[in-house]
Amino acid sequence: MKKFISVALVLVFVLSLFAGCGSKTPASTQPATSAAPQGGTGTIKIGVLGCTSGDYAQYGNAVIHGAQLYIDKVNAAGGINGKKIEYIIYDDKGDPTEAVNAYNRLVGNGITALLGSVLSGATAAVVGEANPTNMPMITASATDAGVTYNADKKLVYKNVFRTCYIDPFQGQKMADYASQKLNAKTAAIIFETGNDYAVGLKNAFIAKAKANGITVVAETAYSKGDKDFKSQLTNIKAKNPDVIFCPNYYEDDGMIVTQARQLGIKSVFMGGDGWANVYKYASAADLEGSIFCSSYAPGSTDEIKKFEADFKAKYPNETPNMFSAQGYDAAIVLLDAIKAAESKNLKVGSAEYKQAIIDGMKNTTSVGLGGKYKFDEYNNPIKNAVIIKLQGGAEKFSEVF
Amino acid sequence: MSVFSTIVSQIFNGLQSGSVYALVALGYSMVYGIIMLLNFAHGDIIMVGAYIVWILMSFLALPPAIGAVAAVAGCTLLGVAIEKVAYAPLRKSPRLSLLITAIGVSFFLENAAQLVMGAGSKPMPTIIKGTNIEIGSAHISFVSVVTIIVSVITMLLLTLLVQKTKMGKAMRAVSEDMDSARLMGININRTISFTFAVGSALAGIAAVLYSCAYPQASPTMGSMLGLKAFVAAVLGGIGSIPGAMIGGFAIGLLEALVSAAGLSVWKDGVVFGILIIVLIVKPTGIMGRKMNEKV
Repeated sequence: MKKFISVALVLVFVLSLFAGCGSKTPASTQPATSAAPQGGTGTIKIGVLGCTSGDYAQYGNAVIHGAQLYIDKVNAAGGINGKKIEYIIYDDKGDPTEAVNAYNRLVGNGITALLGSVLSGATAAVVGEANPTNMPMITASATDAGVTYNADKKLVYKNVFRTCYIDPFQGQKMADYASQKLNAKTAAIIFETGNDYAVGLKNAFIAKAKANGITVVAETAYSKGDKDFKSQLTNIKAKNPDVIFCPNYYEDDGMIVTQARQLGIKSVFMGGDGWANVYKYASAADLEGSIFCSSYAPGSTDEIKKFEADFKAKYPNETPNMFSAQGYDAAIVLLDAIKAAESKNLKVGSAEYKQAIIDGMKNTTSVGLGGKYKFDEYNNPIKNAVIIKLQGGAEKFSEVF
Repeated sequence: MSVFSTIVSQIFNGLQSGSVYALVALGYSMVYGIIMLLNFAHGDIIMVGAYIVWILMSFLALPPAIGAVAAVAGCTLLGVAIEKVAYAPLRKSPRLSLLITAIGVSFFLENAAQLVMGAGSKPMPTIIKGTNIEIGSAHISFVSVVTIIVSVITMLLLTLLVQKTKMGKAMRAVSEDMDSARLMGININRTISFTFAVGSALAGIAAVLYSCAYPQASPTMGSMLGLKAFVAAVLGGIGSIPGAMIGGFAIGLLEALVSAAGLSVWKDGVVFGILIIVLIVKPTGIMGRKMNEKV
């Protein structure tokens, strides 16, 4: 009997060993897709990095699918200079450590440029590795200023570019819009304290508003989780500002607008891209005329309509959004730069070739869904903002500003 | 807008949030008065009430009146059910066990709501509509007037219930001395359940009023509201009905005052600072009677 038990135990242990092996296959070590077979005059290998699993997978998948859409299109049309683009996708789960590991694996695979990563933290970690080796890199969604610029060392990471705009940009744009288009003379601000996004937009707005001759008559804060803004808004009402800048997320924005209208505030509300979807969180009448900026306006131009149709054809279960559009644009800028490098007759993957791609991005003339791209001295895109206006309870594209 | 009208507006802001705090604080205070339990799940009952309104009005497109009545009824049933399932079996246990159970129920409700309804907040449809009122240049929203009136009427009815009816007498007797009340032939279990029902009905009314003023329902909406109402109950004197009303209005006005002074970020800090001061200086609160530990 004793023998039987010990044999059974050994069996169980051995089995569990196998079970352990089976579940250990790490998701990030498997290339998810690698397109284009070898052949012809060779291939150009690029890495695509992003969180395709985990809490932020929705962003990662949107960006990567947008980029894939364009790269596949270029490959289908014959590639660049007769060479197909071979892309290797790795999942970094949005985690900086995983991102660095995945990046090193990509380098081991012989990539010549990187599209990614998706989240600011993971991207910044990869920049730390990619900058010393001058790896051309473009991110579609990392909005943190530190991804391309080290403010402490006053150092621009020359190899890193992005197609999304950074947080302060929206504050500046809205301050310009307020003075140029709305002729605002006075502005009030209500923002969530301790939220980097809201504070970043607010500071940029105030600086630009002052430069534009707008008087900021009230600057009030609230804490995360607050539902009652009436006291702050009553103070704002007493100052009767032309516009109220509200750079927060849509749930709070909806609540703030509702309560402001209850108090009889008639000022125009303005916000950043955190406003998207606000139409569900306040009545059409209360929101009427409010304005926010975004980098993507669904269905606004023929190019975007084409992109949306292509995207839906390729990924029937997904809705194209700002992230997929920015991923698509990042692929455009990168592939255009590769095209420029190809024209110089350099060896694919060499240091000169990489430098040529970086130069190509720096001097880009690419036209994407977000308009014509041009990078400033910090490698951030100088592009127009899309102004969205709330009309009849819907978020309507108003103009490119 | 003159300084005067700003002050009038701020007072109404304070009275509006204060009346919701008062309704919630009453539920805390009544339950504490009768079984010495700090029912931390009380705030989450409001959250359930708000979701009931949302489901009926947004999902089933029923009129607001049905949503409001169903929310009050639903909260009442939920309160009694919680008492029967979670608290009644522990009636003879140490008070600490009861307190921890209350916290457990609170977590359960919050996480169940998150599981069923999702973590994001649900936008609430408009429940009451009306023209805003102008006093001079001050602008008072219709919602805040309705909130204040409804809660004052509710409090008057509650006072009548407790002071003039037989059940109210039984409630007072049980809170005075449970054992003697039992000896006098009062049905303790029924009285306790009734207290929970009344407290939870008040929470249901608060849920509807809260949803009018802040039209979003989220799984954690009840926790901060509940905590502030708890501070209101302590400030007024926990166990005392008029105390809870005074405490509620005091906390609401204080918050408005702090925000009006431009210190809106400190609002929560000030409220909980009050809790600390009350507990140090006068633990029985404004209206609280001096309590002798029963031996």
